[in-house]
Amino acid sequence: MSVVGFSHYFFLGLILFSIGALGALTRRNGITIFLSIELMLNSVNLILVSYASTNGNLAGQILVFFMFAIAAAEAAVGLAFFIAIYKHRRTINIDRLTFLRW
Amino acid sequence: MTSLIAIVLLPFLGAVVNGILSFSNSKRAVTFTALATTGGSLVIALYTIWRYLTELSPQPIEYVLYKWLEKPLEIQISFLLDPLSAIMLFVVTFVGFFIHLYSTGYMSDDEGYGRYFAYLNLFMGMMLLLILGSNLLVTFIGWEGVGLCSYLLIGFYYKQDEPPRASMKAFVVNRIGDFAFLIAIFISFAHFATLEYREILNAIATNQQLQDTVYIFGLTLPALLALLLFIAATGKSAQLPLYVWLPDAMAGPTPVSALIHAATMVTAGVYLLTRTNLLFQLSPNILKLVTLISVATAFMAASIAIAQRDIKKVLAYSTVSQLGYMFLAAGVGAFVVSIFHLFTHAFFKALLFLGSGSVIHAMEGEQDIYKMGGLKQHLPHTYITFLIGTLAIAGFPPLAGFFSKDAILAYTYDHSKAIYFIGLITAGLTSFYMFRMFILTFHGEFRGTEEQRKHLHESPPSMTLPLWILAIGSAFVGFIGKIPFTHYDLFGKILSPVIVKLEEKAVHHDVLHEVLLITLSVVAALLGLVAAKVLYSQGPTGDERLKSIITAPLYTLLKGKYFVDELYTFVIVTPLRTTANILWRFVDQLIIDGTLHLAAGIVQLISALGSFTTTGNLRNYMLYFVIGIILLIAYTVG
Repeated sequence: MSVVGFSHYFFLGLILFSIGALGALTRRNGITIFLSIELMLNSVNLILVSYASTNGNLAGQILVFFMFAIAAAEAAVGLAFFIAIYKHRRTINIDRLTFLRW
Repeated sequence: MTSLIAIVLLPFLGAVVNGILSFSNSKRAVTFTALATTGGSLVIALYTIWRYLTELSPQPIEYVLYKWLEKPLEIQISFLLDPLSAIMLFVVTFVGFFIHLYSTGYMSDDEGYGRYFAYLNLFMGMMLLLILGSNLLVTFIGWEGVGLCSYLLIGFYYKQDEPPRASMKAFVVNRIGDFAFLIAIFISFAHFATLEYREILNAIATNQQLQDTVYIFGLTLPALLALLLFIAATGKSAQLPLYVWLPDAMAGPTPVSALIHAATMVTAGVYLLTRTNLLFQLSPNILKLVTLISVATAFMAASIAIAQRDIKKVLAYSTVSQLGYMFLAAGVGAFVVSIFHLFTHAFFKALLFLGSGSVIHAMEGEQDIYKMGGLKQHLPHTYITFLIGTLAIAGFPPLAGFFSKDAILAYTYDHSKAIYFIGLITAGLTSFYMFRMFILTFHGEFRGTEEQRKHLHESPPSMTLPLWILAIGSAFVGFIGKIPFTHYDLFGKILSPVIVKLEEKAVHHDVLHEVLLITLSVVAALLGLVAAKVLYSQGPTGDERLKSIITAPLYTLLKGKYFVDELYTFVIVTPLRTTANILWRFVDQLIIDGTLHLAAGIVQLISALGSFTTTGNLRNYMLYFVIGIILLIAYTVG
């Protein structure tokens, strides 16, 4: 086993991103899609922080904290959003939430 | 002469105020405004005319209100008072005021009371503009204005079917004549750089070369202008071939028929001819045309009138016929007599129309003379005044119609014997159809329904007073014209400055001739009276006997009004409508609309294809997003 290096983190991030993307595209449950998007976001965070760490760049590592904060805020808004939709529509099945279409 | 402005503006003021008042329900305010403005106009006009005509030698007075346009198209809004416009002013304000008074009774139950008087006052203002205008354009504004008011008032009962159709017809037919008027205006401006009557006529009178050179189509310039103005007059004054609108115009309220379609507006053409009489005197060919058309109109309309059942239609054709007489007088060069007949006709025809209005009012809107009869005892005032009007129009001495008609026939006799005889026969026909109508309406048994019989009543004083005033006028105004066997001719003396005398052609018949002519006209009128009396003393069955006398086909022809309306429908209206339909269906709808619809359709198709991607499904959108990013990356990398 060689030492865990940047490429490992990178590929882990890539795999996580792909899982997230696949989940976002294929799932019907709104919350699941939302989780998948969070997964994609955090995989990118992982790659960013590992890259910054490899290069000894502190700014990149701090940036990730901001992104966490934003992701948390976004999660709060998003969940509130789904709750509101659920109250009106009694479902969060994305396939049935097509009422914004022309 | 500032009073001219007051005369013209008062009715306009009344029109505006009544227009506003028509939104309220105050009939008393409307009545007050209408009568005060037209009455004020009448008083000022009478004073002005009196002051003007009692001057020793009245000179034409021009009053410039303001300059509308500067040179080169110099046009001023200005009024001209000369003997001709003074006489017209008297007719319009006098008859106009009493018809306003009559209308307050006749229209009292109508819901459009305010609207009616707004239109009627507007008409008065426009008519005064027409006769007082000192140039072609001011006259033209009035000319179009009275046409508009005529349109509005014919279509006054706009909820029924017939009036709007009739008003449209009147307007369209009048436009044909107006078109000639406009061209006359353009030509005068192009040649004389002015539209003032006096300047144009002066320029022509002093330019011998202009009078002799052929201008276009073998006509000299004066002849061309005369022809165009005559065409304009045939439209407004209902002569052949444009008379068809006038009988239909009877769809309007009866006082309107009296004021607009008998006494004033339809005589505007005669006024125009007299105003520009120099042009006509310089072009004998055009005068010949005027003579032929007018005598044909007079005879044709009179013959149609003998077979009509509608009391107002008879009077309408009678008006067309009498207008024909006026043009006949102009055609034989007797412009004074033409205006004289206009003057007397305004009285007795307005009287007859108002009388028929009184009858219709009593009969609850019934206009069919077959259903009347025996109204003599129920409507005594109407009966006597109507009798005076009928005698006047038939030409019995010493009523007004006798003097003017006799003068016209005397001048025509000098001009052409053949035309004189047609005129004489027309006079006989006039007497016949008038007495036919008179006997069927007032004598014999009542033939209406029981309900109508109960409703019969004499009209209120506001209606009988104008009848009496006009009846007195119809009886006596004849005396101001030429009195037979004497040289006394007040009317001719007043008008003489207006009429250009190129050559002396006053008729001075010897006494024998004069006696003969008068006897002939009186005999013609008497024959008409006797024939009507014999045929119609037993009621409408007289028409059957008339039919057997003049043969059935001829009677059908007369009853069908020579089928001129049908002819026009066939020759003009139908082809026009077909062409319009083809243009509409094929050119407009298929080609123009089709091109647009095709272009729009293509865009719509493309957008319809595009709109398939807008599913509203979030996962689809995300897929597009991912594909987009992949493509973007592929593009940047590759």
